[in-house]
Amino acid sequence: MGKLLEINDLSVSFDIKGGLFLRTIGTITAVNKVSFTIDKGEILGVVGESGCGKSTLARLILRLVEPDSGSVLFNGTDVLKMSKKALRRQRRHMQMVFQDPYSAMDPRYTIFRSLIEPFQIQGVKLNHEERRKKIDDLLELVGLSSEHGSAYPHELSGGQKQRADIARALSLSPRFIILDEPTAALDVSVQAQIIKLLEGLRERLNLTFLFISHDLSLVSYFCDRVIIMYLGSIVENVSAHLIGKTACHPYTRALIASIFKTVPEENTATAALEGEVPSPFNLPSGCVFASRCKYVQSLCREQTPILKESPAGGQVACHFPLYN
Amino acid sequence: MSILQVKELQVTFVVDKKKVTPIENVSFEMNAGEVLGMVGETGSGKSLTAHAIMGLTSLVGGTIGGSITFKGRDLLLLSEKEMQSVRGSQIAFIPQNPMTSLDPVYRVGNQIVEGLCKQVKIGKRQAKQQVIELMGKLHIPKPDRVFQQYPHQLSGGLKQRIVIAMGLCANPSILIADEPTTALDVTVQAQIMLLFKEMTRTRNIGLFLITHDLGVIAQVCDKVAVMYAGTMVEFGKIREVFNSPRHPYTKALLQCIPHIGMEKGSLAAIFGNVPSVDTYPSGCRYHPRCSSSDSLCEESPPLLLQIESDSRVACHHYLGKKD
Repeated sequence: MGKLLEINDLSVSFDIKGGLFLRTIGTITAVNKVSFTIDKGEILGVVGESGCGKSTLARLILRLVEPDSGSVLFNGTDVLKMSKKALRRQRRHMQMVFQDPYSAMDPRYTIFRSLIEPFQIQGVKLNHEERRKKIDDLLELVGLSSEHGSAYPHELSGGQKQRADIARALSLSPRFIILDEPTAALDVSVQAQIIKLLEGLRERLNLTFLFISHDLSLVSYFCDRVIIMYLGSIVENVSAHLIGKTACHPYTRALIASIFKTVPEENTATAALEGEVPSPFNLPSGCVFASRCKYVQSLCREQTPILKESPAGGQVACHFPLYN
Repeated sequence: MSILQVKELQVTFVVDKKKVTPIENVSFEMNAGEVLGMVGETGSGKSLTAHAIMGLTSLVGGTIGGSITFKGRDLLLLSEKEMQSVRGSQIAFIPQNPMTSLDPVYRVGNQIVEGLCKQVKIGKRQAKQQVIELMGKLHIPKPDRVFQQYPHQLSGGLKQRIVIAMGLCANPSILIADEPTTALDVTVQAQIMLLFKEMTRTRNIGLFLITHDLGVIAQVCDKVAVMYAGTMVEFGKIREVFNSPRHPYTKALLQCIPHIGMEKGSLAAIFGNVPSVDTYPSGCRYHPRCSSSDSLCEESPPLLLQIESDSRVACHHYLGKKD
C-alpha cells in the first residue's frame, strides 16, 4: 500500500483585528506545523476538543482555506501549488461530507438536483437517461431509493439526509473523502447505521477516509489510525484499535479516562483534567498542553516537543511520554 | 421513601384538530440522594416529561393525565399560583445550553442573586454572600471575581457551573437537568457530571438527569428510565438494565455504541428511523424496528409491567420469560 496523502509542516494562523481602525491585535494559530500521511485504503481519525483545529485541517487539505506554509501531496502532486483550473479538476478526487446534514444541502433543491450539481460543475456531459441512472445508482449505493431523489431535504430524516450527503460526495467517484463529524448530529442508533454504511462503502469502492470526530470511542472503532490534536498541534499519532494500550501522551490518556463507559461496574470515568482548553490566542512557548498537564516539568514550558517515533509504535510529541 | 412519584403520565396535544400523544404510559419513582437518568433518542419525550413535572406543558396547551406526586401532593391538582411556589424553589430546572440561558448584559453573580431573592426572603447582601459560598462549593475558582463577570468572559464549563448554581441556590429537593453537558467538551463533561453526582449526595437532593448518552447514564445514575417514541419501555436499577436489559430496544441500543478495543465490524445498528409524533405506529411503538415482533405487537400496545419493586418493562414478549 502506498501513500495517498502526505502532509508536511502545514500551518495556518488568522489575524484577529480589533480596536480602532481594526488593527491586528493578535494571531490565532489554528493549525501548527502538522505532518502526517494517509495510506491508500486507510481510515485516519482526527480527534480533539472544540477549537483544536480539526475542521481547519480538513479545509486546508481541500484548499478551502489557504495555508501559510507547508505542503499537501496528493498522490505525489502538491495540491497547494496547483492552478485554479487544475485544483478544480483535482477536487473530483477529494470530497468532503459535512457535519450538519441539515445545512449541507440547499433547502430549495430536490435531492436529485443537489446530486446532479457536481457533474455540472465538473463539466460531465450526461443525457437525461444517464442522469436518472447515475442518481438512482448513487441513491441505492447509500441505502436510499429513487423516490428520495424527488424529495426536498426537509422531508428527510437526519439519517436519510446524511446518506444523501454521502451520495453527493461519492457522485464523482472520488478516491479520498474527508468526513467532518458526519454523525455528531445523529442519534446513536442512526449513527451506527451510517458507520456501517461507510464501512461497506470503503470495502466496495476502495476509498480512503479522513474521519474527524470528538468521540474517541467511535474513532477507535472505525479508524485504522488516529491523530490526537490539541490547540492546533498533533500530540500523538497512534493505532486506533490499540489506543487503550499504547497511547502514551498525557492528553490522550486523559481523553481516554474521560470516556463514560457503558459498563456500570467499570467505574472509571474521572475528571482527568482540570480546567479547560486555553484560548488559542497568542500561544505561549513550550508544549501546548503544559498548562493542564499533570506531569509538567520546567522543560515543557521552555521547549516545544516535536513529534517523534515512540517505542509503543506510534508517534508522540511529549518530553516525558508515559510508556508503562 | 420516594420524593417524586410519576404514575401513568400522559400528555396530549391537539394539532390541526388531531389528537397526538407525545407521552404515554410513563411511570417511575425517584428517591432523595439519588440520580435518576432518562435516556432516549430525539423525540422520545424526555424533555417533555421534564416539562410535565415542572407543570409547563399545560401552559402551552397540552393536557396531562395520570399523576405526579411530589412530597405527598399531586402537582397536577395545584393551581398555577401554587405551582409557582414549587417551581424553582422546590423543583429546579437546568436547561440544555448554558450559552443561551444566561443574560449577556448582566453580571453572572447578579443573575443568581435575582433568582435566589425571588424564591427566598433574604436581603441582597446576604444573598450575595450565600451565592459566592455556593459558587465555591461548585468548584468555581475565585468565586468573588467570577461573580462580577459577564457570561461572555466565562468558558463553557464555568457558564454551566453558573447555571447549576442558579438551580441549586434556593435549596430545591429536586433538580431536573436537561442534557446539561451536550454543549461541552468531553474532559469538561467529566468534570460537570462528577460535580452533579457529588451535589446529589452531599445535598441529598433527587437529580433527574436527561441525556441521550448511555455512557453518562451508566457512570452517573442509580436508576434509569429508557424512553422510546414517547413511551417508557424499561425502568430499573442501573446494573440490572445495563447487564441484563429486558426490552429489545434497550438491548439493541446498547449494541449500537462503539467502545475502545471493539472488534471491527461488530457494531450493530437498529434498522429504520425513530418515528415522529404524527407517525407513531399502532400497537407497540417499537414493533417496526424490533427483530422479535409479531402480530400481537402490531395490534395492541404492551402495558408497563412492574416486575420487581424498582423495575418495569413494556414488552409483550417479556411475559413469562426469565433468563
